[in-house]
Amino acid sequence: MAPATAAGAGAIAVIRISGKHTFSVVEKVFSPVGRTKMADAKGHTILFGRIMDGNEIVDEVLVSVFRSPRSFTGEDCVEVSCHGSTFIQKRILQLLGSHGCRMARPGEFAMRAFLNGKMDLSQAEAIGDLIASTSAAAHKVAMHQMRGGFGRDLSALREELMNFAALMELELDFAEEDVEFVDRTQMKALVSRILTAIEQLIGSFELGNVIKEGVQVAIIGEPNAGKSTLLNALLNEERAIVSEIPGTTRDTVEDELVIEGVRYRFADTAGIRQTADTIERLGIERTYKKTEQADIVLFLFDASTYTPQQVKMELNALRQRMPDLDNRLIAVANKTDRTDVAALAEFTPFNAVIISAKEKTGIDAIKIRLREQLDLSALQEDQTIVTNTRHIQALKGAQNALQEVMVGLEDLIPGDLVAIDIRRALYHLGEITGAVSPDDLLGHIFSKFCIGK
Amino acid sequence: MEHYDVIVVGAGHAGCEAAAAAANLGSRTLLVTMNMATIGQMSCNPAMGGIAKGQIVREIDALGGYSGIVSDRSMIQFRMLNLSKGPAMWSPRTQNDRYRFSYEWRLMLEKTENLDFWQDMVSSLIIEGERVAGVRTSMGVDFRARSVVLTNGTFLNGLIHIGEKQIGGGRSGEKSATGITEQLVSLGFDAGRMKTGTPPRLDGRSIDYSVMVEQPGDEHPGKFSFTDTQPLKHQRSCHITYTNSEVHDMLRTGFDRSPMFNGRIRGLGPRYCPSIEDKIERFADKDRHQIFVEPEGWDTIEVYLNGFSTSLPEEVQYAALRKIPGLEKAKIFRPGYAIEYDYFPPTQLTHTLETKLVKGLYFAGQINGTTGYEEATCQGLMAGINAHRCAQEESPFTLKRSEAYIGVLIDDLITKGTEEPYRMFTSRAEHRILLRQDNADARLTPMGHALGLASDERLRKVEEKHTNVSGVRKQLEKLSLLPATINPYLESLGSTPVKQRLRAVAIIPRPDVHLADMMGRMAEVRDAILSVTADPETIQQVEILIKYEGYIHKEAEAANKILRFEDFKLKPDFNYHALESLSAEARQKLSHIRPDSIGQASRISGVSPSDISVLLVHLGK
Repeated sequence: MAPATAAGAGAIAVIRISGKHTFSVVEKVFSPVGRTKMADAKGHTILFGRIMDGNEIVDEVLVSVFRSPRSFTGEDCVEVSCHGSTFIQKRILQLLGSHGCRMARPGEFAMRAFLNGKMDLSQAEAIGDLIASTSAAAHKVAMHQMRGGFGRDLSALREELMNFAALMELELDFAEEDVEFVDRTQMKALVSRILTAIEQLIGSFELGNVIKEGVQVAIIGEPNAGKSTLLNALLNEERAIVSEIPGTTRDTVEDELVIEGVRYRFADTAGIRQTADTIERLGIERTYKKTEQADIVLFLFDASTYTPQQVKMELNALRQRMPDLDNRLIAVANKTDRTDVAALAEFTPFNAVIISAKEKTGIDAIKIRLREQLDLSALQEDQTIVTNTRHIQALKGAQNALQEVMVGLEDLIPGDLVAIDIRRALYHLGEITGAVSPDDLLGHIFSKFCIGK
Repeated sequence: MEHYDVIVVGAGHAGCEAAAAAANLGSRTLLVTMNMATIGQMSCNPAMGGIAKGQIVREIDALGGYSGIVSDRSMIQFRMLNLSKGPAMWSPRTQNDRYRFSYEWRLMLEKTENLDFWQDMVSSLIIEGERVAGVRTSMGVDFRARSVVLTNGTFLNGLIHIGEKQIGGGRSGEKSATGITEQLVSLGFDAGRMKTGTPPRLDGRSIDYSVMVEQPGDEHPGKFSFTDTQPLKHQRSCHITYTNSEVHDMLRTGFDRSPMFNGRIRGLGPRYCPSIEDKIERFADKDRHQIFVEPEGWDTIEVYLNGFSTSLPEEVQYAALRKIPGLEKAKIFRPGYAIEYDYFPPTQLTHTLETKLVKGLYFAGQINGTTGYEEATCQGLMAGINAHRCAQEESPFTLKRSEAYIGVLIDDLITKGTEEPYRMFTSRAEHRILLRQDNADARLTPMGHALGLASDERLRKVEEKHTNVSGVRKQLEKLSLLPATINPYLESLGSTPVKQRLRAVAIIPRPDVHLADMMGRMAEVRDAILSVTADPETIQQVEILIKYEGYIHKEAEAANKILRFEDFKLKPDFNYHALESLSAEARQKLSHIRPDSIGQASRISGVSPSDISVLLVHLGK
């Protein structure tokens, strides 16, 4: 058993019970109002009744009955919809526990569903992602994968590679027979096509990861440049500690914001400056780390006290540590309520967003820039986006093997050796879509070529 | 009658090898055959080896079997196929004198101690409890034994088809065997039907070879056996010609009377050994097919028409044949025919080729649904070894997929079964580069020796080769060559010249560089190698190991990874039906095949990766 709805109080909560003895256990605590007893209830029906602890009514509930194998886990399964108070949920769980139920381990229901053949591995993984998805974009990617979009794309690639492998094997095993072989130039073209597709999928991982995990945004700048104020303005709440004393934020504070379906995770950081304070120095080191890991860096400066030369110097200093900074940089000029217009114009070369965090002006402009920073075209075109680490490793394995195939074809290395790398590539793709056996290859060969003396 | 340890039924390729192995290992062995005059008969083409099959013959020889020696002594042509490819593909093949082959087998067996012969048809097995106890012959004679190997070939209820005619028989002009299938089925065995075919044999005097392409043997012919058999000094050639659309049209006129097409043949034939009518039907857009004209021996005028297997009426065979260039005046000695026979789906066997239903009973060869001499022979060897070990109550002997093609073949058969006659291909082996013909001795002779099958002399040779290989390698690693010495050779190959001194070992990986050539061009290299050995096989071995080192390493690593799953053992009495989380198909297949490891389970068709995960979860891995 496990609560199937989020912790905390909602209008209703659902408790899921799955396993061989589900019905007999639930029957002990559930008293139906209608005539149908749980033991007689058909699958996919709902019973109304009361959860009873002895003679005491704990709650009025709806009970959904699922009979094996037509349930999420493939086992006999019951979902109790009770009122959402934490107290009631806890009472019901304790009650079920006293009748022999135990709490499910994390992911146990999904694992049972997988073990019972209700879904394959990548679907199971996608369900995990789906449940965990906290934004529209992540939801879209997970749905695409669960419907098998990812598998379909890869199957097409694998099919092409199988063709290629079959041709190589044909050349090897039937060299004595009167068969015509595809020339190497065509083979190279095929491999390079597959490589391009794999590279695209690997490339999508970065975006996929960003969508799944959220976009990491680091806000950096001099102490008291207004980073915490900006974060609060973005999140519209007082979360980070704000004070006028420079260096108040000693730790990195994270919070999340969804802009147009994409989740952004903000890390407010301690300011960057030379300091003797040990705790603050540690904070600054953490700031650098956060900045290095971030997908987007919001560089914030106080326009009322900063000169363009200072901005330039600080950015150059950052570039020393992070050579790729400019690809993910958004400069933000703050405290413009205290700055005159002529001075502001001098920051134009930095393409800075002009804001006043305190007055909450220019916040929407930042949101637009955050959104623009991300190339979501792949998502809009419904392309496959890889989000799973296991998949990306398999794709990289296939890529490596195919690169060696390419080298082998260029160097005119004998086919049986090239075939080793082709098989490696098939093996790695098979880790995602299912294995290729030699029988598959032979079947391929015989369906297409006239061979045999 | 006498008591034996092992009885072998049938004296074809599988039976001969099984009888020799069991007797040589020390079992009192009886070989029962329907006709003593046809021991070791080549029923189909007069050739041994070929791609993947040549590797098997080398493996049999390395273990101490006889097929390599018999083939060497009867060969009339030798070719190493696929030399333009990597060393895993080099495949020895011989054309053989059909009569010499059979004669040499008989001689070898007659010289084998512990081996008796009996000419008769076995009509049933003597079974006591769950064990085999001997055989009963059609003459009513009982022979008792602790284990029995059945190698019935195409003889079990054999039925020959030529056009609309059907003749009971196990081979052209020979009777079929009856009784055994029926008995085994009554014991609970599954039986099926398979089909194979053979082409017409022609009068060589009626053929015009001048319009055909000659295919001679190798300039420097090799041989199969690692023993001191002799390579050929003279060889006979084969010839190649082609069919054409006129031939195809003529063949089509007989299609309505073809047993292949009118449903009379129910057994499934091999896809890779199709009859000529099958080729025309399935590949209608191909306007010609290759035909090999192969001599049947040194002296005989009979020739074999490889590529023209057919069961069409003989007058259609005749008419079509005469439209082929060079065969306009051809005379047929024996027409081609198709033959249907009983086989037992090999998933009923364990890795030792023992049946799961009857202890002590072994199957080898076509009875297991395979095709090809080499496939049959290696099963015979393995069944003979294990029948002996069963009779002596010793532990079974099996080979892994990463150790030998023989291991691949048997594991495929018993794990996946086969719907059509099974032939070996190099692509069936996961680790082809490890299973080369050149290292069969290093892979298998130590095992054969431990069994008691390979002689001390064989083992000594392998050890000597091994020592010399590392010796030569060390020399080449030590030997530093001046650019002036190497560059003329490299330039002759169109390879980039070197600017500095270089170890000899460093240039071997370059394309087209061969140690033998280096020895010819550079005295330093020649002297360094000759200080260790002059044996060409050893020198070639060094070249292969250096040239393909990277690939060999890669494959060895991959093999080790897979081997881990072979070590996750499954008990033979494991109750798969109790594991409800397995798919219904997996439960059924696993209970039927009873794999002995997770690795084997994963190769069963219908057992998905999810099922394997379930098994691993339940094993607590």
